[in-house]
Amino acid sequence: MNLLKNLSSTAKSNFFTYALIVGGYIVIQILSLTGGLTYSLQGLLIPVCAWIIMAISLTLTVGIMGDLSLGHAGFMSVGAFSGIIALISLEAVIPLVGLRVIIAMLTGALCAGFVGVLVGIPVLRLRGDYIAIVTLAFGEIIKNIFTCIYVGMDNAGLHFGFLLSSGISELNLGEGARAIVDGPQGLLNIPNKIVTFSMGFILILAALFIILNLVNSRAGRAIMALRDNRIAAESVGIPVTKYKLIAFAVSAALAGAAGTLFAMNFSTVVASQFNYLASIQVLVFVVLGGLKNFWGAIIAAVLLTVLPESLRFLDEYRLLIYGILLVLVMHGTYSNIIHKLLNFFRSLFPTPDKLEKQ
Amino acid sequence: MSDDRGAKQKTEMVPLPSDSIIPERDLGKMTVLETRHLGIDFGGLTALEDFNLAVGPTEISGLIGPNGAGKTTVFNLLTKVYQPSRGAILLNSRDTCALNTVQVCKAGIARTFQNIRLFSDLSVEDNVKIGLHNQIPYGIWTGIFRLPGYWKYERQAHERAMELLSIFGMANMANSQAGSLPYGAQRRLEIVRALATGPSILLLDEPAAGMNPSETTELMENIVKVRDTFRIAVLLIEHDMNLVMGICEGLCVLNFGKIIAKGTPSHIQNNPKVIEAYLGKQKEEGLAC
Ligand SMILES: Nc1ncnc2c1ncn2[C@@H]1O[C@H](COP(=O)(O)OP(=O)(O)OP(=O)(O)O)[C@@H](O)[C@H]1O
Ligand SMILES: [Mg+2]
Repeated sequence: MNLLKNLSSTAKSNFFTYALIVGGYIVIQILSLTGGLTYSLQGLLIPVCAWIIMAISLTLTVGIMGDLSLGHAGFMSVGAFSGIIALISLEAVIPLVGLRVIIAMLTGALCAGFVGVLVGIPVLRLRGDYIAIVTLAFGEIIKNIFTCIYVGMDNAGLHFGFLLSSGISELNLGEGARAIVDGPQGLLNIPNKIVTFSMGFILILAALFIILNLVNSRAGRAIMALRDNRIAAESVGIPVTKYKLIAFAVSAALAGAAGTLFAMNFSTVVASQFNYLASIQVLVFVVLGGLKNFWGAIIAAVLLTVLPESLRFLDEYRLLIYGILLVLVMHGTYSNIIHKLLNFFRSLFPTPDKLEKQ
Repeated sequence: MSDDRGAKQKTEMVPLPSDSIIPERDLGKMTVLETRHLGIDFGGLTALEDFNLAVGPTEISGLIGPNGAGKTTVFNLLTKVYQPSRGAILLNSRDTCALNTVQVCKAGIARTFQNIRLFSDLSVEDNVKIGLHNQIPYGIWTGIFRLPGYWKYERQAHERAMELLSIFGMANMANSQAGSLPYGAQRRLEIVRALATGPSILLLDEPAAGMNPSETTELMENIVKVRDTFRIAVLLIEHDMNLVMGICEGLCVLNFGKIIAKGTPSHIQNNPKVIEAYLGKQKEEGLAC
């Protein structure tokens, strides 16, 4: 405990975040060994991992950089599609499953990061609410592009098509044909149960490692400086566009890896799963978590993914509840009673803000 | 770093304007900052007109004038927050015409703000480290993967930040949240952050605003100390006449966007135009914002 006291406040908060993830992993492993996990919960484990990564990566954009992004699920879809295409097309070349999963995730992350840069260059020149509106639009555009893409594989290799009027048959696949992406039908024939909960856990740790180290370095300080006071940041020589783009691209890349992980858990995935409602769901995680708190976003992601599953009868009202939660939290930061309640819950856990004030 | 900058300078001397008020010590040396016929219009309003100024490399000079005279506008032009409508700015005899705010900072101008602009959610030390941004040259990947460069430069940044903070007696506040500091300390932190960028000229916009007399006296000593240790020039805007008359070697008086007088503090004090435009209003100085 003496060691803990000597650490700086951010180090404590980071330690708590890692401890939360590792602790959660151990608890789940014990539960599954003792048969304490219901079947439906078991099916949720990997999606929850994916949503956790989505939540911490969006915290980087919304909480650390301070720009509202409403298209985060778009980057998730880029990761899902590119990652799965890599996973399937490399089946013959790399028989080792674990290695192939890693390469698929890296592909997903790289492609999403690249799209993040492409989207970020025009978007990050805007300010405030305009960023929210344009990211929303880009998220939808990306999703819609994937409903027009056709990818198939035969012995000759990969075949791509775009907006084919008579579907995937237009690709004229030869011997050993296998459809991977079939337009509006989305990803097909995803190899079953290739990814395990432990892989999801490792991916979360990797995402946390990248984001927390980025935030607590020179680049992270520059990003937070831009958030707190753009004019002052420029006056001390911090280039705005460069650091915003870095934060946005890293955030998008991790969302891409999360997308690959998410898709590998299912046998089919359609692009419309990554619509703006998914983006808003992730935003709800981040806002409920306290905007700048990675562990808060993680807890919110777990609760809001697992609870609706246990309270199935509420599923129809899920969006209504999210809406009410968002309004309450946004309003609560200004009104007194809820603010006090939030403060009370926050006082139970260490946060950077609180510790620094001491 | 200043050596670096020295190497890039043109060797040719820029002749000083005839009405320059540079102290004898700096005469014959190259000016650190010069403006020529600088001016800006906001719509129909000419906020600054024909503004000529030369600042010697180790000079402390003051820019004074009644509220709304255009003093802050001068700083905003020098740091390219606004683009000048007319005229030129020479920094170490290099025209800054094509530079933006970030490049002007790298070229050697640092500033503070009249209405404090700290990174208020971050710690005092982090505020200074952000000022050191361009002097801790490790990249993003070094930061993410905690390569040896990260540890080396972060340690250097920490030491340098504490060193700078202790000049202003703020080392014990390093871990406090910047926004939670008392007003006077926030003003001092802004100066430390500006100093951290390694400037050749420091622009201070009303550094003593909101400070009590003893804090102001200490600030005066610190400004002189900073000039002496870092051998840099200081240009300050201030309504507190004790501070201005106490430490400024040259003064420039602005009224309605025009220079109405230039000279040493004693000259200015006795200038009838200035007395009419400015010193007559001295009673109101507490209201300055
Ligand atoms: N961005 C702007 N757009 C329009 N007018 C401006 C702008 N910035 C400054 N002005 C005008 O320029 C004039 C000079 O303003 P400035 O802030 O430079 O005054 P100042 O000398 O710093 O005054 P104070 O002592 O009150 O700080 C004022 O009339 C102000 O209204
Ligand atoms: Mg002003």
